[in-house]
Amino acid sequence: MNLWQFLIAQRAEVFQLSLEHLFLVAVSTGIATLIGVPLGIMLTRRPALSKPILAFANIMQTVPSLALFGFLIPLNIYLFHVRIVGGIGARTAIAALVLYSLLPIVRNTFTGISNVDPAIREAGKGLGMTDRQLLFQVEIPLALGVIIAGIRVATVIAVGTATIAAAIDAGGLGRYIFRGLRMNDNTLILAGAVPAALMALAADFLLGWVEHLFGRGGGGRVNFRRAIFAVGLAGAVAGILIALALRPGATSGRIAIGSKDFTEQIILGEILAQTIENKTGLQVDRRFDLGGNLAHDALVAGEIDAYVEYTGTALTAILKLPPISDATEVYRRVKEEYAKRFSLEWTEPLGFNNTFAILVRGDDARKLKLRRISDTALYAPKWRAGFGQDFMSRPDGYNGFTRAYGLKFREVREMDLSLTYRALVDRQVDLIAGNSTDGLIARLGLVQLDDDRHYFPPYDAVPVVGQETLKRHPEIRAVLTTLGGSISVDEMRQMNFAVDGARRAAKDVVEEFLRKKGLKSGS
Amino acid sequence: MTAVKQPAIEFRNVSFRLPSGRTLLSDLNLTIGQGETLVLLGRSGCGKTTTLKLINRLLDPTDGQVLVDGKPTTEWDPIRLRRRIGYVIQEVGLFPHFTIEQNVAIVPRLEGWEEAKITARVRELLNLVGLDFERFAGRYPRELSGGQRQRVGVARALAADPPIMLLDEPFGALDPITRREIQQEFRSLQKKLSKTMVFVTHDVGEAFLLASRIALLRDGKVVLLGQPADFLESKEPEVQAFVSCLRDPASSTAAL
Repeated sequence: MNLWQFLIAQRAEVFQLSLEHLFLVAVSTGIATLIGVPLGIMLTRRPALSKPILAFANIMQTVPSLALFGFLIPLNIYLFHVRIVGGIGARTAIAALVLYSLLPIVRNTFTGISNVDPAIREAGKGLGMTDRQLLFQVEIPLALGVIIAGIRVATVIAVGTATIAAAIDAGGLGRYIFRGLRMNDNTLILAGAVPAALMALAADFLLGWVEHLFGRGGGGRVNFRRAIFAVGLAGAVAGILIALALRPGATSGRIAIGSKDFTEQIILGEILAQTIENKTGLQVDRRFDLGGNLAHDALVAGEIDAYVEYTGTALTAILKLPPISDATEVYRRVKEEYAKRFSLEWTEPLGFNNTFAILVRGDDARKLKLRRISDTALYAPKWRAGFGQDFMSRPDGYNGFTRAYGLKFREVREMDLSLTYRALVDRQVDLIAGNSTDGLIARLGLVQLDDDRHYFPPYDAVPVVGQETLKRHPEIRAVLTTLGGSISVDEMRQMNFAVDGARRAAKDVVEEFLRKKGLKSGS
Repeated sequence: MTAVKQPAIEFRNVSFRLPSGRTLLSDLNLTIGQGETLVLLGRSGCGKTTTLKLINRLLDPTDGQVLVDGKPTTEWDPIRLRRRIGYVIQEVGLFPHFTIEQNVAIVPRLEGWEEAKITARVRELLNLVGLDFERFAGRYPRELSGGQRQRVGVARALAADPPIMLLDEPFGALDPITRREIQQEFRSLQKKLSKTMVFVTHDVGEAFLLASRIALLRDGKVVLLGQPADFLESKEPEVQAFVSCLRDPASSTAAL
């Protein structure tokens, strides 16, 4: 299916995601303008503050988005009994986008006003203008072109950065991009990227026109009353949109299930959600697709009630403990530590281990007779390896792996996990670290090498639930227990392939699986 | 009122130092009578502009007092003070985003005049400085020549009919021929208006043409204060240096 056909067929969803995207950009740029312009003006009156405040805005822009999300999710900041920062969803995405948009707006307002010809400012003063009259009649009108240029830059940046809002379930065109990367599907990636690029171009053009309109200085006096009215109107619209965004979500009769941002996690989230719906009659909210460790942050913050975690990941990446190779021992440790540190409970393991899979192309494996990871030591100096950011940084990842097998690659390229498969097939790299349950392994004809030195710790998939949730809904414990040991590695691979390879909806794949397993009762 | 006319502006032992410690004016004493035109003459950096800014409180004296209408400037509300004092600086002082009409009408609008009265006043002032209202009112400063802009600057300073006018090298950026014309026009304007004026220039010909009295400044001090005639007789080297410019055929503004 080409992009055009996809956009036509899915036009309702494309329109919906574009609207969500536009909403995120409009609200965040609006708030950033309401904060940034007065702040920039204030700095021209208190120049001593300009250095620290501009430095802060500068730093905010360099904070990686996932790190910023991780910091914002646990916050609980209320204004008039409405939570304005914290949690997952549009609220936190908007807060992050506002922080990213502040710099160009504050900086342009400050420099635009500071750069007004001092002779003109002095003439105004000499004529007997008060500071306020000088500001509104002379300085702001003369700086308006520069100020609008700052808003324009902020808007275009926001259109781009809003794609990552999908990482915290805030919607927008980023959903297509993330989904497309995960499924190795160019059409889906473009279905998100092309409308976002068009939106950025449209915003740039529109605000460029407004900037031109005011920048020529032909505007005359700023009508004070009209300016106040315009700002007030913009504020009211922003207020309504924010109120919509902040409207209370889950009520007490509902359960929120989360997932990380790859296919297997969405299938597992769907399994938890459908099983709970089938057996308890509780309403389930699906907060899937949470990036990085945001699912964990959301669970600790009480934003979601459960998600599926892997024992090895919890041990090393979250608890920061040294790797252990014995599966039972790892499970015992994380269960104990989670109860103690986070008041979270690990239920029964689902039955499969999603460990790192060291992968090579099938033809290489046959030609070079590669079966075990230690077989590659001979070829590594001539090879390029491609690893996801996660693998490069985690304690049970790259460093220990190359040390354990004594591997030295000609070159190591760090990229998004979903891109490594493509890079391997396109011969950009010769070896990657994927996931053992990945549906793409079979589809792309890749070969998984045996971890003959037992380097990778076990990554048993286990549902993690808040103790608070179990107290509120004790029936959930029984439901999750029935899932214990019900999914084998093969079954997981088949389901992953059904979604990634055969392009079926996760919901249908899970329904079919639960029926086959006899876990779907009562229907 | 006493029999002696109160001076319009008085400098009493005024000094002005920058925060860096550099002295721009030291122990300045000057009395400027009502309706008089005092020209502050001197080389660049001698303290002329500083003296002017002390009168409309763009600067406050470090020592001594500047009195306007008998009251120290530091006791005036700066906004009220400045609205009583017309201020003309080199052409850059016009607001580029205002039309000529809006530029001239700034102070009347700040003072809250009725629109009909403002329009009549702008028409009157543009006529006074020799600009046709219908042709120029709607234009922007960048659409005018240097001489026309300078006329607008004078009209703007006169808008609310202030008793005092400060002019800081108002004709400095004009070509010699236009400057000559506009100086002549300004002289007839002076006679018509009979305002107290303080006029800064480094052009000795201009000083002789327009001044009732001239104060020659050097390094923040008054070298000579007197009528143009006193000037020609002085043996003071700095005065002679300026007077010699008058006789120099290279000087383009030999007005006498």
